[in-house]
Amino acid sequence: MSGQEPAAGAAGPGTAPPRQGEPGTPASFGRILRESILEGNTVTVTVLAIVSALVAGGLLNAFTNKAVLHAWADLFSAPGAAFARAWDTAAGAYAEMFQGSIVNPHTVAALFQQASIGAAIHDGYLSAVFNPLSETCVQATPLILAGLAVALPYQAGMFNIGAQSQLIGGMLLATYLGYGVSMPAVVHAVVCVLGGFAGGAAAGWLVGELKARTGAHEVIVTIMLNYIMAYLLSYLLSYHYLMQAPGDNLITVPIAANAHLPHLFGPNLRVNASFLVALACAFGVWWLLGRTTTGFEFRAIGKNPSAARVAGIDVERSWVLVMLLAGGLAGLTGSAVIQGTDFTLNFQSYGTYGIDAITVALLGLGRPLGVVLAGLLFGALHAGAPLMQSVTGTPVDMVQVLQAVIVLFVAAPPLVRAIFRLRAARAGGVAAVFSKGWNA
Amino acid sequence: MELALKGITKRFGSLVANDRIDLTVAPGQVHALLGENGAGKTTLMNVLYGLLQPDEGQVLLDGKPVQFRSPRDAIAAGIGMVHQHFMLVPVFTVAENVTLGIEETRPPGLLDRRRTRRSVRELSRRYGLDVDPDALVENLPVGIQQRVEIVKALVRNATVLILDEPTAVLTPAETQDLFRIIRQLTDGGTSVIFISHKLREVQAIADTITVLRRGAVVGQRPPSATEDELAALMVGRNVQLRVSKTAARPGDVVLEVADLTVADEAGRVWVDGVSFGVRAGEILGVAGVQGNGQTELCEALMGLRPVTAGRVTLGGRDLTHASPARRLRAGLAYIPEDRQEDGLISDFSVADNMVLDTYRQPPFASGLSLNLGAIERNAAERVAEFDVRTPSADAPAGTLSGGNQQKVILARELGREHKVLVASQPTRGLDVGSIEFVHRRIIEQRDHGVAVLIVSAELDEIYALADRIAVMYEGRITGFRPPSVPAEELGLLMAGGSGAPTAAEAREALP
Repeated sequence: MSGQEPAAGAAGPGTAPPRQGEPGTPASFGRILRESILEGNTVTVTVLAIVSALVAGGLLNAFTNKAVLHAWADLFSAPGAAFARAWDTAAGAYAEMFQGSIVNPHTVAALFQQASIGAAIHDGYLSAVFNPLSETCVQATPLILAGLAVALPYQAGMFNIGAQSQLIGGMLLATYLGYGVSMPAVVHAVVCVLGGFAGGAAAGWLVGELKARTGAHEVIVTIMLNYIMAYLLSYLLSYHYLMQAPGDNLITVPIAANAHLPHLFGPNLRVNASFLVALACAFGVWWLLGRTTTGFEFRAIGKNPSAARVAGIDVERSWVLVMLLAGGLAGLTGSAVIQGTDFTLNFQSYGTYGIDAITVALLGLGRPLGVVLAGLLFGALHAGAPLMQSVTGTPVDMVQVLQAVIVLFVAAPPLVRAIFRLRAARAGGVAAVFSKGWNA
Repeated sequence: MELALKGITKRFGSLVANDRIDLTVAPGQVHALLGENGAGKTTLMNVLYGLLQPDEGQVLLDGKPVQFRSPRDAIAAGIGMVHQHFMLVPVFTVAENVTLGIEETRPPGLLDRRRTRRSVRELSRRYGLDVDPDALVENLPVGIQQRVEIVKALVRNATVLILDEPTAVLTPAETQDLFRIIRQLTDGGTSVIFISHKLREVQAIADTITVLRRGAVVGQRPPSATEDELAALMVGRNVQLRVSKTAARPGDVVLEVADLTVADEAGRVWVDGVSFGVRAGEILGVAGVQGNGQTELCEALMGLRPVTAGRVTLGGRDLTHASPARRLRAGLAYIPEDRQEDGLISDFSVADNMVLDTYRQPPFASGLSLNLGAIERNAAERVAEFDVRTPSADAPAGTLSGGNQQKVILARELGREHKVLVASQPTRGLDVGSIEFVHRRIIEQRDHGVAVLIVSAELDEIYALADRIAVMYEGRITGFRPPSVPAEELGLLMAGGSGAPTAAEAREALP
């Protein structure tokens, strides 16, 4: 066993991460900050990955802009111009993105020109100020919920590629309950949300059950289920006696107004109760994983299923339960989209949430708080993109590029560490999501 | 070729893994490096093999200083290393593995398999290695795989061969074969550096024994030194190699196994109609060469493997088909043979590992909710009680040394209410000090009236602990013997020698 000596050395006092709050070593905030950056732990790496991606995106933007490219031609006659233009283009795009997703100074200025607060609220100036934030939350809601649907099974050692199939399941049931039955106001919305959870949970349960009974790998099963559910959706939307609305479009009739999720801050801001559902789910997942016996079991089978089995944990049952819950979370994504913003179901309602969910979970390091932050970040990118395109002409596809580059950096911690000259971190990190998730 | 290390120092941060080590290996000599886990043996050899660069000191070959920047340099200088974990490609043949990296080619760049095969066969004959160049490595037993590693080194003209814990994976018979091969090599002028923490083996094979402790050489002894002397040097204090124990006072039969048969999915029978009983306050030791169904027997007892036929009862309660959780609740405590894989969750904290099978019970949980405070308090108590050396109870269990990991498992299993303790290879890979600790605790269990079943491939361990010895061979129990039985007789039973147990032995099996 002396083969472990170098490893023991690496974990020895010299290179071990400094323990904070240890008696006798009062840790100042500054020291903790410095050490956490120097140690290059995964949170630091993630933040720096985002910074790197923004820089890379800015460069890409600057070097694909026609005006900037023309300016390079005059590099020697007017060297300042090219650089100034490049900077303007990159910074301008980000500025518009910021205004579209966080706050737009013009709307703030307009607010303060109003005679009274009452008039400002009445005329919609106040909501104009908060509209970008509202849109960010609206965009973030499904990303957070779907991200949790990937992050939770990840903690139990499973890789859920099937958020898409599960959210279609949720959408189908939520929509059907939304237009097919008639109920009083609050009750109807709640029933549809529960229906969304159940629809997704059923799709997730199937995956867990197949893995538990037959050993089928969840990655294969979920990928296939994505196709099955997408085509099932198209099928159901192709026949009037099934779910198709009158006409030839692959779309349902709108759900009843009673089934709409209520707006949180008045009719002008789209942010609705599903955002609270998403935050509550994130808290719930955190509580489940860290504070309950079920979560202990999930984490145990995620880290070492054979030791969990020896300790008397029913590994198969946990697989089924975790996929059921993950499916339910994905189903809530469907309910959030249908009941919060779209109100009808069409053959493409599932969008790219299933794939984005993996990205969000990855960026969030598989942890609930991380998923919320990652969801908000990507939500802001999505919310700000339209304004960026309309004002600066930068294509909205820039958002996809940014997302991809962020994940690329996050998935390659050594790359980020090399850029920022950080010391090597402890083993593990996000790269383990890839290597471990697939082999679980 | 004479190899000398002068003042080798290697630091990892503030940890000094090697502290000014001097070592001389004469040609044709077996030089044993003895030391506990973490004493710096492997680090030193990695320096010698060019995997690590020393911070100070130098390596001399025949008096000339050399510098190895990579294993390539070391190999070129005639140093070969057989790692504890073999570096072989399982789907390649022996010849392909041997030639990997130094492939012989003939124009226009084709592999010259014939020449490789010939050189493997020649070496095999010269040193009595008995290796078939065309066999697939994955089909070979570990003992032969090790010889393939030796051939690999010899083909590269190694004159100094480093063997890192070579006997850890071998059966007693394979160990004897290895020793024969080592002697043949040294007769031919090759020097061997033999790394081990097993005293008896080192005494049997070495010409000189150098003892390392905490990275420094603490002494050099001839093989005639006594075991106690070597152990004391190695650990730094006097240790009891065999824990003293009083005679057992067996009570009623607690664990009863009748005609237990276990087959795997492919239909291979691993445990074949095994019957025995374990009484309260006695230790039944199951001896046998690894791979004769002991692992499967333990797994079947713990509900980790389905039982094909037969019965398992605990205090009269039928547990034959019970889930692992029910068995644990019924009073079985279990120390699995593979700590890392089955005993611990390396990424979990020491505290979490200590409640791995009790987290659902009060005080650790109420309903669905975990009581983190109780888990922490429990960990603090157990860490103190079992003297677990860990920076804190929050440290991941994987960062602990093997001995301390085993203490965590012991603390968990013995801290629970239990009537039976099943321990499989409880001291595998542990150093002398930890072995003493584990043995003491197991005997303490017996004295408290627990029925103990020990499975071990180490005869020393069986003799040290067992009040009654059962020998397993090919899934059957070939005999029950008292602990006074001579080792030769046990050896015979372990090889299936004496056939089926006699009627008298069968009676002893079910007291």
